[in-house]
Amino acid sequence: MSAAGLELPPASPGRRRRLRVSPGLYYTVAKASVVTQFQYRAANYFYMVGMVAEPIVYLVVWTTVAEAQGGSVGGITPGEFAAYYIVWTLVRNMNIVLTPYAWEERIRQGRMSGELLRPVHPIHYDIAFFAGWKIPVILMWLPVGGLLALLFRPSTDIRPLELAVFFVAIWGAYLIRTMFMWVLGLLTFWTTRVSAIFEAWFTAELLLSGRLVPMSLMPDWVRTLAAFTPFPSSFGFPIESLVGDLSTGELLRGLAVQAGWIAVGAGVVALTWRFAVRRYSAVGN
Amino acid sequence: MARMPRRPARPARAGGATVAWTYLRLAVLVEIQYRVNLVVQLLQSAVEVGTALAVLTLVFSHTTDLGGWSHDELLVVLGLHVLLGGLIATFVQPNMSRLMADVREGTLDFALLKPVDTQLLVSCREVNVWQLADVVIGVAIAGTGVARVGAVDAAGALGFAVAVVCGTVLVYCTWLVVTTGAFWLVRMDFVAELFDGLYQAGRWPVTIYPGWLRLSLTVLVPLAFAVTVPAQALTGRLTGVTLAAAVAFTGVVVVVTRWWWGRGIRRYDGASA
Repeated sequence: MSAAGLELPPASPGRRRRLRVSPGLYYTVAKASVVTQFQYRAANYFYMVGMVAEPIVYLVVWTTVAEAQGGSVGGITPGEFAAYYIVWTLVRNMNIVLTPYAWEERIRQGRMSGELLRPVHPIHYDIAFFAGWKIPVILMWLPVGGLLALLFRPSTDIRPLELAVFFVAIWGAYLIRTMFMWVLGLLTFWTTRVSAIFEAWFTAELLLSGRLVPMSLMPDWVRTLAAFTPFPSSFGFPIESLVGDLSTGELLRGLAVQAGWIAVGAGVVALTWRFAVRRYSAVGN
Repeated sequence: MARMPRRPARPARAGGATVAWTYLRLAVLVEIQYRVNLVVQLLQSAVEVGTALAVLTLVFSHTTDLGGWSHDELLVVLGLHVLLGGLIATFVQPNMSRLMADVREGTLDFALLKPVDTQLLVSCREVNVWQLADVVIGVAIAGTGVARVGAVDAAGALGFAVAVVCGTVLVYCTWLVVTTGAFWLVRMDFVAELFDGLYQAGRWPVTIYPGWLRLSLTVLVPLAFAVTVPAQALTGRLTGVTLAAAVAFTGVVVVVTRWWWGRGIRRYDGASA
């Protein structure tokens, strides 16, 4: 029963058409997500606190190195490291999208069948749902960020343009990551042993995105390699746009690169989806 | 003295060690049916350890010393961290997950009814045997570090043996204390996530962290005693005072854990309640 969902006979022949993706759809799904996630405040908070451990470890290690090197390493002072890793926590939260592992469950439990019956491409629901989730997350992040700032004393000066670019860039990062995580997840349609691929991807992301360390501290060949991947756009660039010393040109170029990666990601999603969905066959009802 | 017992003889109460051994053996037998998991596990361990080594190299490309520890000494810390993480993932975490599920679903009844100590029983029902790969890898890394540092003598080796036993017991106790919270809160899954996050901090010696954080990593999550102190023993920087503190702290924590477990289990209502 391959692709049965797609080829269902239309209710009235001749009038079958796809529903337009309207802002209303996004608004409704996102609102439902906001309301749902506010109910799980405690769980969301514990998740966030567990997540904060990671950048604190990096921050302490690099602060120690900077102090041993006489106050800075690669031109970055402890205060600048603090600023980097505090903004890191917000960007990390913006990076949370549907995990590719979730596809396994979607397919195994047959929930894909229901999603295929919906009149718009299922990615729109995911984008809207997780985008809505970001609103409680950002609100809950504010006190966490404030506390970290008190503890670690960040130093940075922020221009209004940097702030504006940052606000666009975190959503750009969100979209880039959504697209590529979707593509990874779609691999589940071909093979069920996907965890090795996922782990390899996540490791590359950790090392090449600026999540581990500001990219300027990486060896040159790593930076060159990273420039050919979407990773810096979805992690390092948003952070640097706020706390780094990027010129206006560099800021705008960064946004353009983000837009490029969103387009590439969307293209790959569209292409992979067409083939993936043909491989789907629901078992049972 | 009656010749015939009036009631059938009660079955002999098996010793705790026998029971634990039998359960562990059964759990291993169940798990080794799934041999492909070994390959998956090896891949995953290789990626993780490779990343950790890359980070170490990166840090030491910018410095020659991290808070008084050299590259080779930090290899010892990393190796012990991987080793202990492997032990937790093999023996502790699967049992605690099952305990949480049992409390939630009321199936802890079956463990409570058995005529052995329940704490012992719930701690040895599951063994995720493939995670032992991490133990082997950890030993290899730590061994490399120790050989390169070359600062370990008989006293250090003895200190290490004591410290590593204390550390393992402490980590087990922490897990059990947290899991026992399930008797009150039911849903404790996120705590496991939290512990995993905090455990990553043990990859570096706790001496580099600021005071408040070092204290939390010593008392709340005993990473200092679990990883840093054994590593100190292997790099010739362990003092008798530290070791004595580790032993004393472990003793206190064991008693507190036992008491807390007892309170938790009295809260348990069972499946039919």
